[in-house]
Amino acid sequence: MDVQTLTFIIVGASFLLYIGIAIWARAGSTNEFYVAGGGVPPVMNGMATAADWMSAASFISMAGLISFMGYDGAVYLMGWTGGYVLLALCLAPYLRKFGKFTVPDFIGDRYYSQTARTVAVICAIFVCFTYVAGQMRGVGVVFSRFLEVDIVAGVVIGMAIVFFYTVLGGMKGITYTQVAQYCVLIFAYLVPAVFISILVTGHVLPQTGFGATLADGSGVYLLDKLDGLSTELGFNQYTDGSKSMIDVFCITLALMVGTAGLPHVIVRFFTVPKVSDARKSAGWALLFIAILYTTAPSLAAFARVNMIETINGPDAQGTEYANAPTWIVNWEKTGLITHTDKNNDGKMFYSGDDRNEMKIDRDIMVLANPEIADLPAWVIALVAAGGVAAALSTSAGLLLVISTSVSHDLMKKTLMPDISDKGELLSARIAAAVAILIAGYFGVNPPGFVGQVVAFAFGLAASSFFPAIIMGIFSKRMNDKGAIAGMVSGILFTTAYIVYFKFINPSLNTPDNWFLGISPEGIGSIGMVVNFVVAFIVFKMTDEAPQEIQELVESIRFPKGAGEASAH
Amino acid sequence: MAFKNENDQKAYWKENLSLLFILLAVWFVVSFGAGILFVEQLNAIRFFGFKLGFWFAQQGSIYVFVALIFIYMKKMNALDKKYGVEED
Repeated sequence: MDVQTLTFIIVGASFLLYIGIAIWARAGSTNEFYVAGGGVPPVMNGMATAADWMSAASFISMAGLISFMGYDGAVYLMGWTGGYVLLALCLAPYLRKFGKFTVPDFIGDRYYSQTARTVAVICAIFVCFTYVAGQMRGVGVVFSRFLEVDIVAGVVIGMAIVFFYTVLGGMKGITYTQVAQYCVLIFAYLVPAVFISILVTGHVLPQTGFGATLADGSGVYLLDKLDGLSTELGFNQYTDGSKSMIDVFCITLALMVGTAGLPHVIVRFFTVPKVSDARKSAGWALLFIAILYTTAPSLAAFARVNMIETINGPDAQGTEYANAPTWIVNWEKTGLITHTDKNNDGKMFYSGDDRNEMKIDRDIMVLANPEIADLPAWVIALVAAGGVAAALSTSAGLLLVISTSVSHDLMKKTLMPDISDKGELLSARIAAAVAILIAGYFGVNPPGFVGQVVAFAFGLAASSFFPAIIMGIFSKRMNDKGAIAGMVSGILFTTAYIVYFKFINPSLNTPDNWFLGISPEGIGSIGMVVNFVVAFIVFKMTDEAPQEIQELVESIRFPKGAGEASAH
Repeated sequence: MAFKNENDQKAYWKENLSLLFILLAVWFVVSFGAGILFVEQLNAIRFFGFKLGFWFAQQGSIYVFVALIFIYMKKMNALDKKYGVEED
């Protein structure tokens, strides 16, 4: 069977599985729609959180990015895992005890302020839309490359599937499909990684193969080989970075804090039955995420060695373009690889200086990896199914936050307090449907700024939600005015910096012009500090939070008496 | 009030915060310390085929993160029991 038929079969089978689960796990009430009835076992919730968290970017792009960035790729590895420590230790158990449906719920109630709630709703919706547009695009890319359907058709199929199980099942449907999606995506990620690790180093575990000697009998360590190749070809050493230390520090911090502040991640901890389950669930989530995140850098290194050796040949003089392997031919069709024969010798050559003749898009590394390593066709099909699973699971989680924000925070809590449970459930479903249509539109007509705004989503979460929630838990007396002033100034500072360098004056976006040498990707960490400082100053000048709020804060600091998450 | 008295409540929170402080210190040291601030010094040390600083940045810190959460879970459950504020 050829790759395409196999891909149709494997991706199709995974879709049937998701639909089956959605029918089995329909939501009957707002409680089930928003937080799956608060009855998800912690290990399952951990898996669902992991699938929710690992997006098309983690699955498809991350290893490729690291492969081109070397050491600097650590900002993503540490940034997107370290946030879970903050989440587990500082946020999740307390928010679970607080026992509401959404992050704006917490902000609004803790700071006894409708303004604070509204600021939080707007941030939540903005962050989620930014993210979801990229996911739909990911589905489109996978479909167009592996099924050779048009990107539009790919996005429409993806939308239809997500529509089905989000609108029908709400959080309950999403949670159980995400468990299945985690299994599909991690299997699809590990199988080629293990194969390639065995081929390159003879180690079954990619994590140990990463630090092992090459299997070609030369006795040279993989990373030493890579450092040598990089230097020869005019790149930085693989194990050294090119970013400044302060920038690496700030980007890592912004991603960590941003992760802990992202509403679609936080809301997952409202779905477990108990406070102790929220702690446990965060541990499982990170363990499941770590399996992929410790494999990715190994894969990145293997892929880089493989790619350089395939293109430049064993004698490092280049290989005949006429005999190029099929993966190069296939990806050239999509325009993601291009070859310009500068010296007219009919050979391909890849390097970091002016001898370079290849342009290789970093996004293709994971998808092309099995082809580069000559793995069997079913592995390639599996990777396609994994990429789709990663994109769908994250989209569904984000769409749910958008629909909850609209139906619960906006309709129920702000505009129509008298709405019935049934009416609220209906409006949640309609909001989810509308959100899917908008996301699909962005998937088909991607705004050029999708890549640019991801930094925005993290910066915004880091500079708004995270400090507000932390102060809400760890400072009893922090008041509404301090929190609002902090959130608004944090957001404004971060937004202004990113918009200035990304949209108004992109030509100035170089380290020399940055504030303290911090790139727009890392500025969220400074925004967070601004938020804390402003909040503290305003708090000192105004009255402390009223007695009943202080008692509320006392009551979320210990687990006893946590009920189900509820609206009242 | 779930606590026997106010002193208990204060003591519980204090113990919670000191546990938090220790674990977050480890979190900072392995990631920002070993993986970023002192990466060059640590890179002089070999750890199997890795330079040690690079290993912390791309592998080691993640393993420690996972361990930290499970340690926190265990310690907090014990603390809840000690003060009688665990869930039924």
